[in-house]
Amino acid sequence: MSAAVPDLERFLKRRSFIELSARDRAEALLDPGGYHELLGPFDRLHSPWLPMQGIVPQEDDGVIVARGRIDGQPAVIAAIESAFQGGSMGEVGGSKIACALELARQDHEQGIPTRPVLLLETGGVRLQEANLGLAVIAEIQAAIVALRRHVPVVAVISGMVGCFGGMSLAAALCSHLIVTRQARLGMNGPEVIEQEAGIEELDSSDRQLIWSLIGGEQRHAVGLADTLVEDDAVAIAEAVRDAFRRGLPKQPRSEQVKLFLERLAAIDPSQPLDGKALRALWDQGATA
Amino acid sequence: MNGECRVESRGQIWFQALTGRNGLVPGGPASVRRGDAPLGKETARFLAVVPDPQNRFPRARGGEVGLQEAWTLAKYVRETIDADANGTRRPIIALVDVTSQAYGRREELLGIHLACAAAADAYATARLAGHPVIALLVGRAMSGAFLAHGYQANRILALDDPGVLVHAMGKEAAARVTLRGVAELEELGETILPMSYDIRTYAKLGLLHKLIEGVNADAPSAGEVERIRGELIAAVSDARSSPNDLRSRLSSAAAEENRAASIEVRRRLTEQWSVA
Amino acid sequence: MEMIKLDYPAEETVPRRVHVGVVGSGDLEVLLEPSNDGQAHVSIRTSVDGYGAIWKNVLDRFFSRYKGAAAIEINDFGATPGIVALRLQQAVEESQS
Repeated sequence: MSAAVPDLERFLKRRSFIELSARDRAEALLDPGGYHELLGPFDRLHSPWLPMQGIVPQEDDGVIVARGRIDGQPAVIAAIESAFQGGSMGEVGGSKIACALELARQDHEQGIPTRPVLLLETGGVRLQEANLGLAVIAEIQAAIVALRRHVPVVAVISGMVGCFGGMSLAAALCSHLIVTRQARLGMNGPEVIEQEAGIEELDSSDRQLIWSLIGGEQRHAVGLADTLVEDDAVAIAEAVRDAFRRGLPKQPRSEQVKLFLERLAAIDPSQPLDGKALRALWDQGATA
Repeated sequence: MNGECRVESRGQIWFQALTGRNGLVPGGPASVRRGDAPLGKETARFLAVVPDPQNRFPRARGGEVGLQEAWTLAKYVRETIDADANGTRRPIIALVDVTSQAYGRREELLGIHLACAAAADAYATARLAGHPVIALLVGRAMSGAFLAHGYQANRILALDDPGVLVHAMGKEAAARVTLRGVAELEELGETILPMSYDIRTYAKLGLLHKLIEGVNADAPSAGEVERIRGELIAAVSDARSSPNDLRSRLSSAAAEENRAASIEVRRRLTEQWSVA
Repeated sequence: MEMIKLDYPAEETVPRRVHVGVVGSGDLEVLLEPSNDGQAHVSIRTSVDGYGAIWKNVLDRFFSRYKGAAAIEINDFGATPGIVALRLQQAVEESQS
């Protein structure tokens, strides 16, 4: 019984990370006191394409770039605001992320150990900026691959939007991926799969099924995410610091080609497969 | 979109035309073609994803980039990097005709996002290792499939042909998601450049190294194939003499005009970064 | 989308610029900063057309109490008048804190 009391206390003190704005999320992950935003709302670099289509823009285009420190080391956080246009990636917001990662790489080349963190709450490409959304996502991916050699690129998916589309590839390229139980990570959103492949392939209204396939807990259990953490700002900040303390992974997940081709060869697509069965096949002994 | 299999895809047609063979790899999936062929004075590695009606993953039978295709692309690209680690980095040519990523429950469960990331990673790694990576768009270059196969190239070339399409989402699906009709979307694409599906409008965004006119994309003549080879050689040489990142996409006159916001973001963020 | 511009007389200076809110469903962002001519200027970009009179009403009431020489820019995504008033109040409080 005595052990339950601190848990309860901790639960009551918990500050939900999910309920924070992107700006507050970024601030929550940086050491206290040093938060400094780049290209903020007063720089007025909003999407040139949304007003042309009669859609109200946001002055920071839904992406917060913040400098500060993590564990005393220089850091940059790029946080996507999911409340604006579903966290979709447009030309401006995507360029902010790509450029921040490129500048972090230049820092490393000059001996400045800038730590990069991405907060990915996004449905992927902003369809109103379609081809430029796709182009900037390719640029973000290029920047992650180039930076990842110098320093772990840490991503957090906390929910509730989740991380989809081209940005799910960006998440998969990161050195260390932190998820909550409320996070979802998938390339194609459930609604898109239902539309493209039919309801017999996937019923997007079956929430339990969706979570069992692409939910944070499942992704962690099969080794497609590195840390499973509670929806708690303090716990997530600790998980981020811990990710940097661990240093570069031996081999980033997206380089483990042989392992995944072997795993794929062992799958029989004519047989049913669910989340639980995959856990048995790919169990990595929960490396949280 | 699924299950739509043309007799011979553009990916196959161009693979055959440029390498003189079908590119089937023993032990590998029939949907990913790999082959080395002369390109100018050197040998280049060609890669293509093509439809395979017998694909053991049903959602990837129509030329989609599925789990197997993406991981196999990653494998073939990485093999090339390893083989050339101590010598001349040979050009890698991605022939792009990909309808979409594979949409399926099994695909999501097994991490198609990671598979496609692995392919993008391999291409980016090849580029950073000094391989000139050239994407030649001969058909559709859609969405996540293009991210996995082609979008990490040093240089992107495209045939000026109505069947060459670049977009983030198929027209019908985009119409449903944005609550607009297909006709309205097409009209929008004429004024909102990034919304367009056709390759000539795409070229205005500055992302293409070159739009190549006057080539029959479905049945190229020997002379046309020779011309494309020449364009590939020129692109390889251009890539070798430039930085191995993607900055060339932002430096063309077209980019200065229609990606002004991207350029402005980079200029001002860089300024503020050094002050911070 | 509709653009609305309103001007008001002012008496006090604005200590510092602030940003509050988000352009999300039923919400808005407010950018408030010192104006350069001693008057107050409001520039509204709203996703909902045809509510000019209501915007004027909300802003008239706001400026009946607030006398700051502020340049206020609003990007609105269908906020109710109550939410608009709350965000404006929040912006003023933060600019004075």
